Amino acid sequence: MSGRGENGGGGAPEERQPMTTGMQSPKGRWWIPAHRSEKVWFAIAFAWCMVLFAMMPLWHWKGGQNPSGIRRKVEPAAFEARVNQFVADYQVGELNGFPVVEPPPGSDIYMIGRMWSWYPVLKLRKGTEYTLHLSSKDVNHGFSLYPVNINFQIVPGYDYGLRIVPTEAGDFGVICNEFCGVGHHMMLGKVLVTNEDGTMPGERTASAEVQ
Amino acid sequence: MSTITETPAARAARPSDVFRTCDVTGLRLHRPAERLIKANAVAATVALLIGGISAILILLTRWQAVHLLEPVMFYRVLTAHGISMLIFFIIFFEMAVLYFACGPLLNSRIAAPKLGWFNFGLMSVGAVLVEWMIWTGKADVLMTSYIPLRADPLYYLGIIFFAVGALLVCFQFFATLVIAKRERTYEGSLPLITFGAVAAAIIAVITLLHGAATYIPTFLWSIGLMSVDPQVYRMLWWALGHSSQQINVAAMVAIWYLLGAFTVGAVVLNEKISRTAFVLYILFISMASAHHLLVDPGFSSSWKVVNTSYFMYMAVLASMLHGFTVPAGVEVGQRLRGVTQGLFGWVKRAPWGDPGFSSLVLSVVVFGFVGGITGVTIGTEQINIVVHNTLRVPGHFHATVVSGTAMAFMGLTYYLIPLIFRKKVAFWRAAQAQPYLFAGGMLIFSIFMSFSGGFGVPRRHWDITFSNAPFEQAFHPAVDALLGIMALGGLIAAVGGGLYILITVWSVFFGKPFTEADRVAGARGLPQGIIRPPRPVTVADEANLPTGRFGTAPGTMWLVIIFLAAFATYYFANWKLLSFVWKIG
Repeated sequence: MSGRGENGGGGAPEERQPMTTGMQSPKGRWWIPAHRSEKVWFAIAFAWCMVLFAMMPLWHWKGGQNPSGIRRKVEPAAFEARVNQFVADYQVGELNGFPVVEPPPGSDIYMIGRMWSWYPVLKLRKGTEYTLHLSSKDVNHGFSLYPVNINFQIVPGYDYGLRIVPTEAGDFGVICNEFCGVGHHMMLGKVLVTNEDGTMPGERTASAEVQ
Repeated sequence: MSTITETPAARAARPSDVFRTCDVTGLRLHRPAERLIKANAVAATVALLIGGISAILILLTRWQAVHLLEPVMFYRVLTAHGISMLIFFIIFFEMAVLYFACGPLLNSRIAAPKLGWFNFGLMSVGAVLVEWMIWTGKADVLMTSYIPLRADPLYYLGIIFFAVGALLVCFQFFATLVIAKRERTYEGSLPLITFGAVAAAIIAVITLLHGAATYIPTFLWSIGLMSVDPQVYRMLWWALGHSSQQINVAAMVAIWYLLGAFTVGAVVLNEKISRTAFVLYILFISMASAHHLLVDPGFSSSWKVVNTSYFMYMAVLASMLHGFTVPAGVEVGQRLRGVTQGLFGWVKRAPWGDPGFSSLVLSVVVFGFVGGITGVTIGTEQINIVVHNTLRVPGHFHATVVSGTAMAFMGLTYYLIPLIFRKKVAFWRAAQAQPYLFAGGMLIFSIFMSFSGGFGVPRRHWDITFSNAPFEQAFHPAVDALLGIMALGGLIAAVGGGLYILITVWSVFFGKPFTEADRVAGARGLPQGIIRPPRPVTVADEANLPTGRFGTAPGTMWLVIIFLAAFATYYFANWKLLSFVWKIG
């Protein structure tokens, strides 16, 4: 460190230079072949990066969970009107002041995030595909389905249409996991998933007091 | 030191009292540069103190058993924590590093010292404005201030001031490189560490331009003069927010090489490899904005795949290269100086009591094993579905930015105190323990935060018992225990962080002056690398290097193979985890 240039500096360019630390200016020609250990590691690391890269397209092709979806811009007011129409069409009950909506299998279903609630409560059927449209009336929200742990960003002005197939029946919470103002932590919604025959799982009936 | 060629005009412009020569490193220090380094380092420490107190308050709130703050205060303190740490602490410190890398490391005077003070003033005014807005409740928008959440216009203006000041320092840095080259203050190519700082400065310019593209329209929006699309805002904000963390990565790696050189005389195995890795950072790192938009509605999957992978993981490749060359440089540096025993003799005989060295090792290990592996994994397009906005995200970045970047900065400080501030390090035993406390605590904190996030616990959330929500929701019972251990780790780290502030402030303002006579074996208050700097190596020393099939750094080769195995295990375990959730697409 102290002996900058003490060793060998000023020799002919062909003269072999001692190794230096990163604090010193490399003398002479430094674009030289790497050590063997570096070459080996470079090859391994590069191959690993290609594996990392390949996994994403591969999962789009073979995997069951992708965030692609149908994505388009939408006026928040128009989306809210669509949600209200959806509730009017398929409401089957009420839970803690929120309408419970049971849409037909395969249909487009809607949930809107707004300060500070998720609207409405969805009642879905296990093993059935739906296209779940998510958007926001006001600010960014985070759709986080508990305990499945599915998370999506909800941005005002954008409609995110995700094809979902609930693979288990039960009572699921929708947590908001994007800060949306001072009532953020109170923003909790519900998704109920029935068995294939339309009944709620027995041990969960207490929480599914659908009138 | 070799002779420095100066033109007579240049010599006349520089009276000798403007410089001093460092008796330890032989570097020539430009006093105005030295003063700017000090000022920026002090400002960084003030920001660290504000951010640190905020950290403890947040921690004691997220620890559900304590749940200290009220909601409004919680979100306010969380805003202050993010801004004070990620923006003010880190960028002020990086300004000091930039001045150091272009001035003293190149034996050069710095360009336009008065501009440096203007920049420092502008950044300080910006920082004060932002803190004032936050603490008076006019900017409860969290660090990201996603539109249409609205803060006071002065908040955005403060950020703009800070960013413009930092941008001007980058230009001052580039101008100094031109001066050093023209005045021939160094021979040959730039030292690797300065090269790394150049990479950091280039990334900083890219980042800060994105910052301008974000905050100038946002400021205009806040005073009602224009509209901003919330999705476009998110993309631009993260081009600032994530890229600024990549400035840290480049600066941190440069500091790794510097700490290796200071403490054990770590050598650069191959300049070509290390420099190429820095260039890869510059080329690909600004694509990292996508990491935050993987489950956003505004972008197609092909855009997400290309961008989140930094175009086929070329920036990850760069980090994996540095992750090898830095420890290998330490290994070879020691072997060259005669520490040749076995595969890991160089580990055993390393100066573990030198806080600069322990910081280096802890920074590399925690950054790589925890921060790096989790970062690449959770930044995978599909895996992000089970991660986005859960506690796994802060779990990841506390391992990169805190136990990686901040740890490296702290390690460097133990050398800056004697070399730049000319003081002995106060409370030496505490200083020796500090890196272990800080990184150890942070490691527990990050890991248990990530585990909680794995259960779906959200980040940025005041009350995960949902006490005022319309429905009932209880987390898995394990979450309480995980958050408790997380809090314990966080408190240990807070003790480490508090010690760091105490040690640096005390040393700088009340410490004993450091003189040449202090450099005796066993002296307290001075790191090993200052008492007995590693001797320069000669070509003859290369006889000490092993010639086996794993090359000159066989120990490091084993370490990186273990690293890769951990990486692959974690990565594929996450794909497995993803395959259990509902079908979605």
